Amino acid sequence: MNRLPNFLAAIALVLAAFLCAAPSARAQTLDETLARFATDRFPDTARAVEEIARSGHPMALEIVEALTDGRLAWRPSDRRLYVIGADGATRAAETGKAEPDSEAAGLRRVRVNNPVRQTIAAALGVLRLNSADPGQRRVAAEAIMQSRDATQAPALEAALGRERDARVATAITLALAALRVVDPAQPESVRLAAIDALAERGSRDALVLLRSIPADAPAAIRARAERAAAGVERHLAILGGIQNLFFGLSLGSVLLLAAIGLAITFGVMGIINMAHGEMVMLGAYTTFVVQEVLRAHAPSLFDWSLLFALPLAFLVSGSVGIAIERTIIRYLYGRPLETLLATWGVSLALQQAVRTIFGSSNREVGNPAFMTGSFDLFGIALTWSRLWIVVFTIAVFAFLLFVIRYTDFGLRMRAVVQNRAMAGSVGIRTNWIDAFTFGLGSGIAGIAGVALSQIDNVSPNLGQGYIIDSFMVVVFGGVGSLWGTLVAALSLGVANKLLEPVAGAVLGKIAILVFIILFIQKRPRGLFAQKGRTAES
Amino acid sequence: MRDTLKWGVYMQFSRRRFLGTTAAVAAGVTLAAPSIRAQGAPVKVGILHSLSGTMAISETTLKDVMLMLIEEQNKKGGILGRKLEAAVVDPASNWPLFAEKARELITAQKCAATFGCWTSVSRKSVLPVFEELNSILFYPVQYEGEESSKNVFYTGAAPNQQAIPAVDYLMESEKVQRWVLAGTDYVYPRTTNRILEAYLKLKGVKQEDILINYTPFGHSDWQTIVRQIKAFGGAGKKTAVVSTINGDANVPFYKELGNQGVAAKDIPVVAFSVGEEELAGIDTKPLVGHLAAWNYFMSVDAPENKDFIKKWQAFIKNPKRVTNDPMEAHVIGFNMWVKAVEKAGTFDSEAVIDAMIGVAVPNLTGGISTMMPNHHITKPVLIGEIQADGQINTVWQTSGLVVGDEWSDYLEGSKDLISDWRKPLSCGNFNVKAGKCGGKA
Repeated sequence: MNRLPNFLAAIALVLAAFLCAAPSARAQTLDETLARFATDRFPDTARAVEEIARSGHPMALEIVEALTDGRLAWRPSDRRLYVIGADGATRAAETGKAEPDSEAAGLRRVRVNNPVRQTIAAALGVLRLNSADPGQRRVAAEAIMQSRDATQAPALEAALGRERDARVATAITLALAALRVVDPAQPESVRLAAIDALAERGSRDALVLLRSIPADAPAAIRARAERAAAGVERHLAILGGIQNLFFGLSLGSVLLLAAIGLAITFGVMGIINMAHGEMVMLGAYTTFVVQEVLRAHAPSLFDWSLLFALPLAFLVSGSVGIAIERTIIRYLYGRPLETLLATWGVSLALQQAVRTIFGSSNREVGNPAFMTGSFDLFGIALTWSRLWIVVFTIAVFAFLLFVIRYTDFGLRMRAVVQNRAMAGSVGIRTNWIDAFTFGLGSGIAGIAGVALSQIDNVSPNLGQGYIIDSFMVVVFGGVGSLWGTLVAALSLGVANKLLEPVAGAVLGKIAILVFIILFIQKRPRGLFAQKGRTAES
Repeated sequence: MRDTLKWGVYMQFSRRRFLGTTAAVAAGVTLAAPSIRAQGAPVKVGILHSLSGTMAISETTLKDVMLMLIEEQNKKGGILGRKLEAAVVDPASNWPLFAEKARELITAQKCAATFGCWTSVSRKSVLPVFEELNSILFYPVQYEGEESSKNVFYTGAAPNQQAIPAVDYLMESEKVQRWVLAGTDYVYPRTTNRILEAYLKLKGVKQEDILINYTPFGHSDWQTIVRQIKAFGGAGKKTAVVSTINGDANVPFYKELGNQGVAAKDIPVVAFSVGEEELAGIDTKPLVGHLAAWNYFMSVDAPENKDFIKKWQAFIKNPKRVTNDPMEAHVIGFNMWVKAVEKAGTFDSEAVIDAMIGVAVPNLTGGISTMMPNHHITKPVLIGEIQADGQINTVWQTSGLVVGDEWSDYLEGSKDLISDWRKPLSCGNFNVKAGKCGGKA
């Protein structure tokens, strides 16, 4: 009976002690955590990130975000931690209070490496799960799924309860499924539902999770996971096939873009122009110059730089082409060997000229915002730059067809190609038509250079990488046929990309070359052979 | 293949005329040396770097560094009271032309030493020339090893000074378990990957966790390969890419990595041929965190380095020009040569070659590099991460200096071989098991 008060007193004492001690103990650990940022050792930094994410400290999110952007700094003298704002203002990390600028002197940034970046991603997942921005909440759920941190399950459950946004809810459900599927404490029905959720998702990380179910799990779960994994694998294989097809089309459109100018100079006029690649290169350097000018004078227009570069590249390459035709090639018509040697010399001269003016190192051509990154289409990752190049190639091809078929210039051009003497006698100035046709082919090559500057090096050697492929495409497609060039470029691109995963890049390239050699033996005039009198001459 | 053929032909030729040539060269040198010294005429230093063609992008810079070093030495009064004069030739990225130009530098221009070459195939092309004429070549680029010549001093890294420590770092610090070895299809990546594969297997990595991929020179369409890497890395084990991709192909490779969203924290790429100079042509923001392994970074915080950067940018008249690892190798090589000539008291190659071993000069990372008896030097190994500004910041480095190992310990054919050019051994491929000089085991 009289023991009860004692007991109560003891509880009160313990409670009191706990209440008094708790804040100081917590402050102690927080100090320790912050001090870990200032040791300049990566494992310490990673541990500090983990601890601060769990601490519930009001500055936690701000500190981790500052660390991501390299704005977290410490003072070597007393190891105090500071957050530097985007405007350069310094604040104490612990309190968030602004500090005078004089304190900023001698601060050293907290460095990060890849393992720390991984910890940061997981920590941000924890910290941003309650963010106001649905996009950030989704990224947070995905980060937790990546980190597979089982202790976050309650937080996820709570978040799922409040979630209004359907896409975020799906992401959270998936993250929860990822945690539950391998958790032996969960009831079987929950784990089976988790398996179904992962199977629905059908991605590679889902497959890894389905495969990682331990052998001691109940048989029903193992069987369901096995079936689900097989289904996901089939799904992925189909997606992979479609993806390779797109890669092939995109490579094909790059080949087409490089070859289409040659289809005119070589295909229509019969000039073996070894300097064709250099016309492409000039187009790429034009893009570089346009971007430099815009960067210096009108940075707001940078995203439109390619639009400015297109007509300029056409003019630059086109006029260089006309100059080459007027000064060299017109004296060599009908002598293909001399033309080959002369244009090869021109290509070397152009390369060295560019090297002298711009230097031998690569030049940085930026991607406009709409051409960076990738997006997801039913599980297939499509990169914007490649997609735009496919669209652009189709546009160039259509433009060229239009010019040749429906314009006055195209009519004269076709007339000269079909019968020079007759065209001359009805009053067409055949040598001007020659010059402008060559200019058109070169100008188109310049436009190709603008597009290629987005995916390849802008260096004096840019053109050399494309010249062999361009000739291959034109010869394979049938000399003189634009449609042949289109079909040849796309089929070579697709064949190359389908072969590459099986045979490797080197063997794949050799296989394509051998195939073309054999094909030309059988059909010397290519896929779409020209018929009739023009073909004979 | 072509290289080995040439080499074989040369060996036959050389064996027949070996005595005669050596005698003639020795006589020529002893007769010529005093008379030139008396005149105090300038001594020529050969610079054999491509100034046009594919490799101009990397090699032109090295020519400029050499010009700067020679100018500086002349300001100090030259060597042994004689001024230096640069003899620059352009082998135009054309491998057989390298051999012709090397011969021109040695016989026609009478260069006392030559600094040059970048690709391994160019070095293999000039090697017989330098051995036949008994002249000196300083080779400044990291390479695949498996070679040691009396006439070549290798100031770049051997595989154990770059590739092996990089793999160790990824294993220990990033806990990598699966490996993609991606390279350009030629001798350096193939040999390095052979060494790495053997080393990884020794460390218990299974065959199915290693993916080896080769691409042609200048490969520009990386879509399928990056996808393959992503799929290989998506199998649940931490994956890294070890890249020996060379030259121009790197830019589209990194662009594709960025486009397909392969971040460094998921699948880090460690490169052996990408330095500050190569990064100058790319927007590096999507690449932050990808790694590079070298023996020098421009960002290294050492007074020697600060001083060198200042001098270099003033010399080239561009405050934004970057420095890189092969440049440091030339600085070390040139300073070593100067010391060796002073030690030998003559420019005669035979005497300088003997004097080179043991010469120690400061490198640019705050240490002292020494020329070892195997004609390789001691260097620190640095692992760095690419930053948003195109610089590479050190995240790890070896505690001391590492001695270059010319014959890899991990390859069947070469693990019993050592090289020691000190007399009386004077052998580039001494077999310690068989106890005799010459040939593979």
